[in-house]
Amino acid sequence: MGLGAFVLRRALLTIPVFFGVTFLTFVISHVVVPDPVLAWAGEKSSPQTIAAIASQYHLNDPLYLQYFYYMSGLFRGDWGISPVTHLPVLQQIETYFPATVELSIAALIISIIIGIPMGVLSALWSGRRLDYPIRVLYLTGVASPPFLLALGFQLLFSFYFKLLPSAGQLSPLLAPPTHITGMYVIDSLLTGNWPDLVSSVRHIILPAFALALLTFSIITRITRSSMLETIGKDFVRTAKAKGLPKRTVTYRHTLRNALTSTVTVIGFAVQLLLSGTIVVETIFFWPGIGYYTTQSILSLDFPSIMGVTVVFTLVVIFTNLVTDLAYGVIDPRVRYE
Amino acid sequence: MSAEAADEPEQTVFQENRRVFVSLLKKSPLYVFGVVFVVLYLGYSAVAGLDPSITGFNPTHTNLAATLRPPSLHYPFGTDDVGRSLFLEVLYGAPIDAGVSLAIILFAFTVGVLSGSVAGYFGGAVDEVIMRITDIFLAFPGLVLAVAIAAALGPGLVNALIAVAVVWWPIYTRIARGETLSAKEHQYVLAAKAVGLSRTRIVLSHIIPNVTTPMIAYATADVGNVIILFSVLGYLGLGAQPPRVDLGRLVYDGQNYIQFAPWYPIIPGLVIFVIVIAFAFVGDLIRDFLDPKMRR
Repeated sequence: MGLGAFVLRRALLTIPVFFGVTFLTFVISHVVVPDPVLAWAGEKSSPQTIAAIASQYHLNDPLYLQYFYYMSGLFRGDWGISPVTHLPVLQQIETYFPATVELSIAALIISIIIGIPMGVLSALWSGRRLDYPIRVLYLTGVASPPFLLALGFQLLFSFYFKLLPSAGQLSPLLAPPTHITGMYVIDSLLTGNWPDLVSSVRHIILPAFALALLTFSIITRITRSSMLETIGKDFVRTAKAKGLPKRTVTYRHTLRNALTSTVTVIGFAVQLLLSGTIVVETIFFWPGIGYYTTQSILSLDFPSIMGVTVVFTLVVIFTNLVTDLAYGVIDPRVRYE
Repeated sequence: MSAEAADEPEQTVFQENRRVFVSLLKKSPLYVFGVVFVVLYLGYSAVAGLDPSITGFNPTHTNLAATLRPPSLHYPFGTDDVGRSLFLEVLYGAPIDAGVSLAIILFAFTVGVLSGSVAGYFGGAVDEVIMRITDIFLAFPGLVLAVAIAAALGPGLVNALIAVAVVWWPIYTRIARGETLSAKEHQYVLAAKAVGLSRTRIVLSHIIPNVTTPMIAYATADVGNVIILFSVLGYLGLGAQPPRVDLGRLVYDGQNYIQFAPWYPIIPGLVIFVIVIAFAFVGDLIRDFLDPKMRR
């Protein structure tokens, strides 16, 4: 299969997943919920508001019509109105989205920087004592509930050693940088706003590490196992046999080939990161989608919760698509499976 | 005579199993810790689940003279904001996490084994339909879908349990299908076909028993993952509602005091961590135990 055909085929495969996923969110928000009208209008709404919301979102129509209106609303960008803030859900998501993207990218970079070398070392040292501390760190990442690491970091580095700020995205004494992407680190870098850059970097460190510790472990595990698998391959033995230096064999031959499988778990890592943001952003008052989610849960803001579900899932579908395509480009064998 | 002959190999299998098990326990003290902890925790949870009063914790009792005390001999985990012993509170809450997680794993395991083995064995359209539905569920970030379901149903223990169960089965379907595809190629399945058994019969009595064994190790280690997800729902206020508490809820209640009484949110979090680690060790132990390489 040519590259073009592969990309097209893989892209087309996301369409049924998209419809399946949105169908499921429709079922949750219109069928599972005991009283959809009250949920969409808000528990404490006046009868007039309830009636208005019910007719605006066609909540008293037959279900197949409701599904039709729900889907066309999704496409038109009408994701409902928050009964708490009275703002359109999509508009709020747009406000909170850049902060989450920024935090997730930072965490992903950190987990790749920690995860890959640890996987390599752990494979090279496999079965030796040196492998032990790596496995301890790895187990800590796997077995910690997300709030434990975040609270522990906050306690240790903010309250005890007072090294880094415990909350927010920027020092309250500074004005936010000019809005370009909405990500403070990048915007302040682009506009040359050094005080903002320093402050925003200091603020992102703790939440980004707390998130990264949740995800680096899967990167470590896959790198380790595919390194071990590749080490046993014939071409690696050939490279050793013809007398190449150990370094060259490890990095040029083994690691390069092993990393192709690491790419495949990036999609899953992003999925874990997004789940993690809900807890980590709440603990560090990071004004992103995760923080918005917990606020919505507390205030029983149902349309917002459903909006977040849709947006997070779209991001996951998109990252899975991108990682699959990248995998197909790096490793041509995948295209012929 | 014939009974004796039948007895003998069975006994050696039993002895063999015991030998492998003991040698594994000797190999790593972590396995011993895992087994002891999990057995004690589940045993305790079974008793305390039936009769919560044995913990000696009274959720309505307050002692305003002893609020937010640090850990001491009298209060091993310190006290909370209304002066209740956090140690007793953890003992009171922990069985909920055990019960809920086991129920979720049992549900996911059953649904996964049934749907996965049917999909794998029947193949064709049945396989397509089951696996595409599975794909849709797997496209969601698990916690996000669970939050949406729990929020739709309303906060509460049973609703949180339903929410996690809905999210949890697809991975088991995937694993069971993979195991089925490899079991399908074995001679005994061919023999069953040759005898003329129906497909349903083959799945039930030949495929499923062979699919479940390798999945048990995964499921044991997975109890820890469920405990984490469920504790996050509790932490978000979507789990057990007061006066009942689960471990996640304790962290949620305690997090505002992190600066002045760090033990209040941190200790329940550490308890979750230890439980998860213990289940992971037992999962590893079972995996090694089932590994044919361990047998001589």
